[in-house]
Amino acid sequence: MSTLQQSTDATPRKLTVATAWLDGCSGCHMSFLDLDERLLALAELIDVVYSPLVDAKQLPEQVDLGILEGAVSNENDLQQARLFRQHCKVLISLGDCAVTGNVPAMRNTFPLKAVFERAYYENVTQRPGVIPTIEVPALLTYVQPLHAVVPVDIFIPGCPPRADAIYTILADLLAGKTPDPNAVTRFGA
Amino acid sequence: MPVATSPAVRVVTLNIDGQDLSAREDETIIEVCREHRIPIPSLCHLDGLTLWGGCRLCLVEMAGQERLFAACSTRVAEGMHILTNTERLRRYRRTIVELLFAERNHVCAVCVSNGHCELQALAQTCGVTHVTVPYRHQRYDVDSSHEMFRVDHNRCILCTRCVRVCDQIEGAHTWDVKGRGSDCQVITDLAQPWGESSTCTSCGKCVQVCPTGALVEQGTSVGEMVKDRRFLPILARRRQPR
Repeated sequence: MSTLQQSTDATPRKLTVATAWLDGCSGCHMSFLDLDERLLALAELIDVVYSPLVDAKQLPEQVDLGILEGAVSNENDLQQARLFRQHCKVLISLGDCAVTGNVPAMRNTFPLKAVFERAYYENVTQRPGVIPTIEVPALLTYVQPLHAVVPVDIFIPGCPPRADAIYTILADLLAGKTPDPNAVTRFGA
Repeated sequence: MPVATSPAVRVVTLNIDGQDLSAREDETIIEVCREHRIPIPSLCHLDGLTLWGGCRLCLVEMAGQERLFAACSTRVAEGMHILTNTERLRRYRRTIVELLFAERNHVCAVCVSNGHCELQALAQTCGVTHVTVPYRHQRYDVDSSHEMFRVDHNRCILCTRCVRVCDQIEGAHTWDVKGRGSDCQVITDLAQPWGESSTCTSCGKCVQVCPTGALVEQGTSVGEMVKDRRFLPILARRRQPR
């Protein structure tokens, strides 16, 4: 795993961070926002360069830390995961959906056809049977955890991981230490 | 639970993780470790029930022996040197826990046993942050036919604690096991719905000893299923031959 050690420049630059949510509920991002006033101190150390929380539309060429929430369920998730891996030095799998597949992966025990039938035939009254195909990414046959499609450096399980857990792990990374996620969180936490 | 079976039982000395200890010769390694607060993970072993030796989480290393020994099924002997926490054992334990998670569908976040589950806790203490083997995504049944209890085979790890407590403590033998490999599952009577069982006494002992959210009380929501096993040591002691 590459480390996040700051360069030895006289004025250390801020660490760049990119985040995204794939097939998740955004709860992990909300948990990150639950850092509350600690966000102010964190903002002195990191620059969020790409995220649903900021305006940037393009993932920069080189990012120090990538954080992905959510499982890999459709073609866009897969593309995002690969893009993050390509452009981020260190990649974090944040939350149970990214780490295990969690609730989105519960559809894996049904054939994809049955999933579509449930969503677009059985459960709708308005235009039943119309399956959208334009401008929506195609679903993958199986929902996968992030590390099943790209190598991941750090896993933070939890649904969502508590703000304190996220903070401890980020603080360790910023201090150049190897974080110990099991000390602060677990599956389903 | 060491109970004297013969008045002339001998004491042996052994070494566990560098500690010199003495134990009765009819004790198993796991019993001695539990007495001395040496942590050994296990999912099938439960004080008060007979030995099963199925989960293999309690494997330990023994000096002079190539193979590993299950601490629950190995009696102590004079001069034994045992290691309970080597890198090799930690690796095997992580692998076992990962395989259990991958085999069925343990979705902790939506489980009634979330926060009170032995498998979930073991993943944390064994250092499992993610499952490196592919998930099987095989669907298993949920039987909610019983008025008070529910069995969710998606969360069953086949430890057989329910089978043993039902047979040995309650004396009903409602539970048993059918099938092999990934088709193996616990059954009530001759694989009839639990609610139609003619032998089940609805005592709930199976639910209380189940280490995961496989056997639970009806009406519990996420994280609400807290199990109470205080009955087991009391009843187990009373069932001992005098």
